[in-house]
Amino acid sequence: MATTSAPLTSVVPLPQSSRTLFIYLKEAKYEFLKYLRIPIYSLSTVLFPVMFYVLFGLLMGRHGSAGQIGASTYLVATYGTFGVMGASLFANGVGIASERGLGWMQVKRASPMPPFAYFFAKFVVSMIFSSMIILLLLTLGILFGGVHIAFLSALKLLATLVGGAIPFCAMGLAIGYFAGPNSAPAMVNMIYLPLSFASGLWFPIEALPRFLQKVATVLPPYHLAQLALQIVGGGHRGSNATHWEFLAGFTLLCLGIARIGFQRDEGKTYG
Amino acid sequence: MAPLWADDVAPNQDLTMIATAPRSEIQPEVIRPRDAKITVASLNHVRKTYGEVEALKNVDLSIRQGELLALLGPNGAGKTTAVKLLLGLARPTAGSVNVFGGDPVDAGVRMRTGAMLQVAKVPETLRVREHIDLFSSYYSAPMPLSETLAIAGLEPLANRKFGELSGGQRQRVLFALAICGNPDLLFLDEPTVGLDVEARRLLWDQIRKLLAKGKTILLTTHYLQEADALATRVVVINRGAIIAEGTPSEIKAQTAGKQIRCVTSLPIETVRRMHGVLEVRQDREALEIKATEAEPVLRELLDGDRSISGIEVTTAGLEEAFLALTSEDNSQQKGLGSN
Repeated sequence: MATTSAPLTSVVPLPQSSRTLFIYLKEAKYEFLKYLRIPIYSLSTVLFPVMFYVLFGLLMGRHGSAGQIGASTYLVATYGTFGVMGASLFANGVGIASERGLGWMQVKRASPMPPFAYFFAKFVVSMIFSSMIILLLLTLGILFGGVHIAFLSALKLLATLVGGAIPFCAMGLAIGYFAGPNSAPAMVNMIYLPLSFASGLWFPIEALPRFLQKVATVLPPYHLAQLALQIVGGGHRGSNATHWEFLAGFTLLCLGIARIGFQRDEGKTYG
Repeated sequence: MAPLWADDVAPNQDLTMIATAPRSEIQPEVIRPRDAKITVASLNHVRKTYGEVEALKNVDLSIRQGELLALLGPNGAGKTTAVKLLLGLARPTAGSVNVFGGDPVDAGVRMRTGAMLQVAKVPETLRVREHIDLFSSYYSAPMPLSETLAIAGLEPLANRKFGELSGGQRQRVLFALAICGNPDLLFLDEPTVGLDVEARRLLWDQIRKLLAKGKTILLTTHYLQEADALATRVVVINRGAIIAEGTPSEIKAQTAGKQIRCVTSLPIETVRRMHGVLEVRQDREALEIKATEAEPVLRELLDGDRSISGIEVTTAGLEEAFLALTSEDNSQQKGLGSN
C-alpha cells in the first residue's frame, strides 16, 4: 500500500551527508559558545592584539612610519597576524591538550561523533575569533589611525589572515597532541611570544638585528605577515608564492606530527 | 512512549532469531530478553599490555543481551581497560573484541552504544541542554531532549552551565550523554564513584529503569554493594584476570556462607573436623569458624561444650566474598612468585 511507505520514509533520518554536515555545524556552534564564554580565552585572544595596536599603533606610532606606509597601517597587518596566531594556538594547542589529557576527548571518541567534526569545530572557531580581531583592528585603524584601505583590499586582508589561521591551527594540533594539559598554556606562550617578536609582528622587521632578520625567514608568522603587508602596501620581502608555499609546507609538517600523536594515543590510556 | 518502545524491541527480536537459529534445541523455549543468552559484546582471549604493565591477561568476557553485568574489582584490576577495549578506545595486544558482531570502532556499532567514562574535566561553559543536544545529534535516532532530561533527573538543571553543577549532578549529565542516543548497549565505568548515598541511590534507580526497558548494561565498580544491588551477573576481576563469575548470590556461595564466632573450651582441631567447617581461626579468646551452613556446626558445638558463650552468626556478604576471592588470588600470586 502506498500509505505504508509514506510514514516509513518520514521516520528515515536525513541522508548521511546532510546529517554529517549538520553535526559539523552543531559541533562548531557549541565550540564557539564554549570559548566565547571562557573570558580568559575570548578576552585575552581578542583584547591583547587590539590593546597592543591601540598602544603602539594609535597612541605611540601615530606619526611614525615603517617603510612606505604609516605605522598604524603596518601594524594592522602584523598585529592581525599576531591575533590570528594567538587565537589558533590557544584554541587548538591548549584546548586539545586539556581535553585529551583530562578525559573529555575519550568521551567524544567513544560516541558516534564523526572524528573530523571535532577538529573542524576547533579550526572554525579559531577562524571566527581571527576575523573578529582583524575587523576590530581595521575599524580602529580606519577611525583613529588614519589608515586608508580600499574595501576590496580590506576584504583581501581579512581572507588572507583568516586563511592564514590554518597553519597555526595545525601547529596547535601538533602541540595539543604532545603537551600535557597543564604545560600546554606555558608551552604555547613560550612558542608564540618569541615567534611573534622574531617575525617582526611587534616592530618592523627592518628594526631587528640582521641575524634575526635571517632567522625570520624560517618562521611561519613572518611569511603570513609578509602576505598581509603586501596587501596594505608594505611588504616587499620575497614573492607571495614563496610565502604561501612555506605556509603550506609548514601546515603539512604540523599535521604529520599531529597524526603521530593521534596514533600514539590509540595505544595509550588516560585517567 | 510508543516510538521508543518500538526501537527497543525490533533489534532484540532480530538478534534472538539469529542466535537461536543455528542451535539444535529440540524444545522451542520461550525466550524473554532477560533470559536470552545472546552475546552482544565480547572480549575473546584478550591480552592488553601498556609497556611493561600487563593490564589484562588472556581475558574472555561476554556480555549477554538484557543483562546488567557488573565487572567488579579493586582499583587497577583492569576494569577500565576492558571497557576501553569494548569501546574501541584501545586496541588489544592479542585476541579480539567483538561488539554487535563488528569492530567497536565501526560507526554503526558506535550508534548502538553509549558510554559513561571517568573524566576529569568536562567543558564547563556549556549548558546541560547544550551538551545533551550535541551528543544527541551524533545518533541517528536519539531520544527527545525532554525525555533524556527526565530519565537523568536533570529537568530543573537544563539551563545550568556544567561548571555550576555539584558532583552528583555532573555524573548525571555524563549519564545523560551516555543514554541520549537511546543505545542498546551501555557502558558505565564506575558511574557512582565519589557520589553520596542519596545521589548513588538515585543513579541506581535510573540504571534499573534502563535495564527494565531491555537495555544491556556493563557496569564497572569497586563498590561491592553496588554489584549486589544492581547486577544480574557479576564477574570478579583482579590483576588483569577473571577470578570468579556468577550471580551475586553464586559469588557469595563460592566462599564460606556463614561465619560463627564463639568462645569455647573445645580444641581447635576438634572444631576443624566438624561437618561443613571450612576454616577455623583463633581470634584472641574466641574462635572464628567459617562454614557452609551454620546450623549443623552450632548443634555440634552446643553438644560438645556446655560452657560455650558469646555466639555470633553472620552471613558472609559480597564484601567478604570479594575480599576472600581477591586475597586468595593474591596469595597464589605471591606463592608462585617465591617458588
